[in-house]
Amino acid sequence: MTVYRITLGGHRHIFEGLPELLAKATPERSGDQLAGVAATSMQERVAARAALADTPLSRFLEEPVIPYEEDEVTRLIIDSHDREAFAPVAHMTVGEFRDWLLRYEVNGGTLASLAPGITPEMAAAVSKLMRNQDLILVASKIRVETRFRNTIGAAGTLGVRLQPNHPTDDAKGIAASILDGLLHGAGDATVGINPATDSVQAYVELTQLMDELRQAYAIPMQSCVLAHVTTALDAINQGAPVDLIFQSIAGTQAANSAFGIDLALLREAHQAGLALGRGTVGENLMYFETGQGSALSADAHHGLDQQTCEARAHGVARAFDPLLVNTVVGFIGPEYLYDGKQIIRAGLEDHFCGKLLGIPMGCDVCYTNHAEADQDDMDVLLTLLGTAGCNFIMGVPGADDIMLSYQSTSFHDANYVRQLLGKTPAPEFNAWLHAMNIIDERNHLVRPDTSQPLLTHAQSLTHSAPEDPA
Amino acid sequence: MTQLDLPAAYRRLRGLTDARVALDTTGSSLATSELLAFQYDWAQARDAVHFAVDFPTLAQQMSTAGFDSVHVASAASSRPVYLRRPDLGRRLSDDGAAQLAPLEGSAPDVCLVVADGLSGLAVAEHSVELVRAFSQRAERQGWRLSPVILAEQGRVAIGDPIGSALSARLTVMIIGERPGLSAADSLGAYITYAPRPGRTDAERNCISNIRPGGQSPEAAADTMTYLIRHAMVQQLTGIGLKDQSHTLIDP
Repeated sequence: MTVYRITLGGHRHIFEGLPELLAKATPERSGDQLAGVAATSMQERVAARAALADTPLSRFLEEPVIPYEEDEVTRLIIDSHDREAFAPVAHMTVGEFRDWLLRYEVNGGTLASLAPGITPEMAAAVSKLMRNQDLILVASKIRVETRFRNTIGAAGTLGVRLQPNHPTDDAKGIAASILDGLLHGAGDATVGINPATDSVQAYVELTQLMDELRQAYAIPMQSCVLAHVTTALDAINQGAPVDLIFQSIAGTQAANSAFGIDLALLREAHQAGLALGRGTVGENLMYFETGQGSALSADAHHGLDQQTCEARAHGVARAFDPLLVNTVVGFIGPEYLYDGKQIIRAGLEDHFCGKLLGIPMGCDVCYTNHAEADQDDMDVLLTLLGTAGCNFIMGVPGADDIMLSYQSTSFHDANYVRQLLGKTPAPEFNAWLHAMNIIDERNHLVRPDTSQPLLTHAQSLTHSAPEDPA
Repeated sequence: MTQLDLPAAYRRLRGLTDARVALDTTGSSLATSELLAFQYDWAQARDAVHFAVDFPTLAQQMSTAGFDSVHVASAASSRPVYLRRPDLGRRLSDDGAAQLAPLEGSAPDVCLVVADGLSGLAVAEHSVELVRAFSQRAERQGWRLSPVILAEQGRVAIGDPIGSALSARLTVMIIGERPGLSAADSLGAYITYAPRPGRTDAERNCISNIRPGGQSPEAAADTMTYLIRHAMVQQLTGIGLKDQSHTLIDP
């Protein structure tokens, strides 16, 4: 273990090893303070950054932050590292790497070739030296395109995961939210339901509901039920029409174990999905969710800061060619990310690290009611992620998830960013929206009238429904 | 556009879900009326999180309803500390532990705890009713109840050191749930067999959404009683109890 010593302003600072150095260089956040790994003063934080800036990138290959023998995520990171791809930056320190990333001539092509040579710890380290604008500028150079029934992540697009949750998984209630989302141009990234119960029967029924709707209107979309991966495997065995396979993942073996998974199980699920052959324009089919704090929450962080753990979760995702990786940034609560400022910073870090590692990063721009955050904070993060080229965001009816009790982004929020930055949905889905007269030639939403075909479906749902309560 | 400009089939989606569908818009954005409606719901949730329960008044209300109570505080000294440090909200303060000394080893069947949790509002408005409904049923079962332990700035797991101090067979924790936009005054009830510090959430059973418009106190108390009966037979709570629930259905 290397010990890092630096003298700043007459004060001598000592950091015992990379985990401590990384943790103390991290911008302030409540989760690292809860874990007892955060810097204890602003000066110590800057001293750690100065020492980190002088640390060679290659040190992260020589000194794994969790021992190789103890952790299969470390083994995955080390064993899959591409030394040839790493060569252009192999001689650099972390500080030199930041400077290099910001150069004009380092473009999307350069960074795509580099990605297999970058480990999660290198990405986390350099992000700690970057201001928010650096995180945005470098991420905006990188496009990560993935495909299943449409193309997510192309330049000039912003995808939306339609999230039509219902507290009792009521089929009509879910369908109502899906129709509302489709009529707002949402659902290109996926229509993804968090089920209220983790049962195979509910999983099968929900996939059938979405598949029937997709086929009835020839929608170039992919559906997903966000249940445990073992539930998905059971549903596949029962013949359910499974498009995307979901799993929450974390950056340490022990935290993944708390989620009831390991890498072998993820491989099994990935292979089972591929065997179905349901993608039409590509076969990226894994949908992963991550979020800073999950490792600490499972008491499985090994003394690492939560952002380094998060980057390692991105490293896990990378091994399975995912269609979508979603950092659910503010869901975990104020004990990990206290307020709007911490949530905004974490969202930008996660998006940057994911993109640098070459994964299709999206973000659930969100908060809970016990965090010091509000819709204005979400507007800021949403706008920044739009400029950074985030692949997709969530679309929750009215931003209010009535099942999970938190606030995310709405269909209207998504259309705000698309309108502001001139972004369109995934191209195949966009063509469908135009053909269905949901969006017009100016990319404005069309006010639906009785000729709108999706309303025929709405009619069939509501013929026995009560009159409009409004 | 206002909802009245939408075709009836579209407007009627609102009757199928509590989700915020078919909202009024202007351009692609929310109309002012919708913006304000959301903000009001959010304001209720925020106020509920920061609602300070008046514990002497709550103790008085419990007493009027026929229940002795003991007021203890967690190791989280304030709301901001409570929100940042869940570990402190799971432990008793030194004073709190001292308050329980007279009850130590009293070995009730059920140690009844009421904590403010993340919605003091829910506790202030609905906890007495739920305690009453549950106690009536517990009495019929012949269970010996502890006084109601009122835990200030408490998390679910503070029921573990409390139940352990009393040598209770089982702890019932009634706690304010994290407010959402549709409900800011919802109570949860957590049941833990053989409470002691270090119990995990997988070792508890939970009844959620107890509030007007959600589960009634009577329905929740029925479920609690049912779960506790089986917990006492099987001598456990949590996933083990839940896994066998299909064989435990009461007629």
